[in-house]
Amino acid sequence: MRAMLGKGSIRRRLVVQLSLIAAVLSLAFFLIVRAVAGQAASDTQDNILAASATSIADAIYSERGRISLELPYSALSMLGSISQDRVFYRVIVDGETLTGYDDLPAPAHFPKPSEPVFSTLDFRGEEVRSVAVGRTVSSGGQAIRAAIVVAQTRSGLAAITSKISATSVAVGIGLFLFATLLSLLAAQSALLPLNRMTQSIKRRGPHDLRPVRTEIPGELLPLVAALNNFMARLRAALAQSEELVAEAAHRVRTPLAVVRTQAEVALRRLDKPEDRQALREMIRAVDESSRSAGQLLDHAMVTFRTDHLQETRFDLGEVTRETCAHLQPTAGLKDIALVLDIPERPLPFVGDPILLQSALRNILDNAIKYSPADSEITVTITVDRHYEISFRDQGRGFGDVNTGGLTKRFARGGNVADVVGSGLGLTIVDVVARAHKGRVKIRTNTEGPGACVSLVLPLH
Amino acid sequence: MRFACLATALTVWILSLGAATAFEIEGERHYPAPEGAVTLRIISTADINVFEPIILEFQRQNPGVGIDYVIASSTELMRAIYEEQEPFDLAISSAMDLQTKLANDGFALAYSSFATEALPDWAKWRNQIFAFTQEPAVLVISEADFAGMEPPKTREELISLLRENPDRFAGRIGTYDVRISGAGYLFATQDSRNSDSYWRLTEVMGRLHARLYGGSGDMIRDVASGRLALAYNVVGSYAMSRLPDYPGIRIILFEDYVNVMLRTVLVPVNAPHPSEAGLMVDSLATLDSRPALTERTSLPPVKASGLQENSAARPIRLGPGLLVFLDRLKKQSFLQNWTSSMEQFVR
Repeated sequence: MRAMLGKGSIRRRLVVQLSLIAAVLSLAFFLIVRAVAGQAASDTQDNILAASATSIADAIYSERGRISLELPYSALSMLGSISQDRVFYRVIVDGETLTGYDDLPAPAHFPKPSEPVFSTLDFRGEEVRSVAVGRTVSSGGQAIRAAIVVAQTRSGLAAITSKISATSVAVGIGLFLFATLLSLLAAQSALLPLNRMTQSIKRRGPHDLRPVRTEIPGELLPLVAALNNFMARLRAALAQSEELVAEAAHRVRTPLAVVRTQAEVALRRLDKPEDRQALREMIRAVDESSRSAGQLLDHAMVTFRTDHLQETRFDLGEVTRETCAHLQPTAGLKDIALVLDIPERPLPFVGDPILLQSALRNILDNAIKYSPADSEITVTITVDRHYEISFRDQGRGFGDVNTGGLTKRFARGGNVADVVGSGLGLTIVDVVARAHKGRVKIRTNTEGPGACVSLVLPLH
Repeated sequence: MRFACLATALTVWILSLGAATAFEIEGERHYPAPEGAVTLRIISTADINVFEPIILEFQRQNPGVGIDYVIASSTELMRAIYEEQEPFDLAISSAMDLQTKLANDGFALAYSSFATEALPDWAKWRNQIFAFTQEPAVLVISEADFAGMEPPKTREELISLLRENPDRFAGRIGTYDVRISGAGYLFATQDSRNSDSYWRLTEVMGRLHARLYGGSGDMIRDVASGRLALAYNVVGSYAMSRLPDYPGIRIILFEDYVNVMLRTVLVPVNAPHPSEAGLMVDSLATLDSRPALTERTSLPPVKASGLQENSAARPIRLGPGLLVFLDRLKKQSFLQNWTSSMEQFVR
């Protein structure tokens, strides 16, 4: 029983319990109907037996001091009208059998008038129901007691009872099956809101922490309220930490800019080559710091925007070109040529262009950073079963590191110790790609030096 | 060939006087089976010439079964089965009340087959008694005596006719002596139940010195010979079978009501060969489907539709009601009434 109920499925619990109730009720129905119908059939036989015996009693008369009887035809024929049972009778006057079957057992006591005495007994090898009726007849001034016994076998009664039993078994089984079917449907419908809620939560994106607003039955309200409360707290905590990071980055960036300007001003005034070298080192470090702060801000922005993704239709090629143009000066500083191989025709895509720009900028920025001076970065867009925007550089590549781990926050390659970096760039790219149901492909070039980072996006 | 052999097997009841049996038989005939050892012993109230075609047909289909056919009156049949418990395989009787009593008191075996299931409900009781013929009680008149007169259509008309023509009918009315005939008693008691006119009719017949008979055959013979002008409550099947031999008689079915007696068969509880007896019951129950055979026996078979054809027909109902007139006191008082009505002028 415990195994059947289980602890896993509410539906199975419900169905099993409701079916058990239905089985108990069907059994009760069967027993009650059989008992009532059996009693009714038995009462009917008793009533007819009593009527028969009474009509015989009424036909007893006294003539010239002798008790006699004119057995009424209906007394016995009425017993034959309901079943084909054997009939026996006996009339006893003053202890002597007046007529009928001598061996039919007489009642132990003289039955009171108007109070028939019923009994069930074996007679001539068969069970019979017998009734005894008493009557006082006056004969020659004397009151003489007469007892009338009428008995009938019970095979008709048994036939009726078994017929009723068979019918009530059939109806009971039918009731049980019907109730079980209904309980299945009831369990299904009772669990429907729960399923609906489960589905609506399942469908959510990884960062969707909005409260559940599905229509729910009262019983689930506390659960949903607790869930919503939990998610609200989680969201608040996340937002707080993101805000903290953004705020910190923002606050760091402005003084860094001031420091850089002052450092450049100082650079112009300094003449000693070793001082100038030291200041250049300082400016480079400040640049790196401000870049990291920018990436932290970028990351916060990306996280926020993917949570509230606003999709518009735009041209992927144009966005890529714009990004490349935007970073052209940075590349120029290192004499790096950006070679674009982008189809002229529009490449429509639905998503957040600002996020994509941010992702592309981060990839390209990385590529420039790790490329040697006077090299080439090739940007291609291929359209196959999906868009693939690739950035191929001639830098140092990723070495033998597991490239999958590079998209984790603050993870960096194994061969970059000499270059300052936050480890956030590829994380941002990855978040954006996932938000657009795409992915990031990172691999070291097999021919020649460098690496290739691609953003793979679905065609819409 | 078989007939020659059967003829020698016929014995009369006088020969059986010396036998150990206490009940009296009126005749006995053996129909030995060419092969097989089973012999069915049948005790019956039906005349041998009526029943023989059925036996021969049965033996044609069941060559392994020999038959020992014993004829007895219905009261002697009752005594053989009820009191002496003679091992008969079948009891065939027109006395429905006595057959009912045998079944009610536990002297009959239950039997059921496709053939008995096909019988109408009124033609069987407890699957122990099975009716195979339906025989109306009719009035048989001599056409010569009713020349120029309208024959009576109801019992009331018969009473008026007898009252108005006492000279013509005195001493020339025949009916059953209900004290000795089981069928007569059955018809008379059912008459008394059906109509008040019965006792008036009995009185009128008694006043006209009605002749009393033990069997239908004698009454029909006397009507045909001119000894009787009419016979009341004659078993219709006998009259029908004699019609070609006696051209001067006519059968009248009353329009007020016609008692229909059912000839029934039962298997006694101590039957030595109950399964072969069941075959005979089947054979009798399906009599209606064999017209060639019924023509030879002149027994009108039970028909499910047979009673709707005549709205006045009242089949006597099998069941405990029939036990009433077998009650000792009831029978005593009925016979007293009947005797005093019938023999009021006996000198």
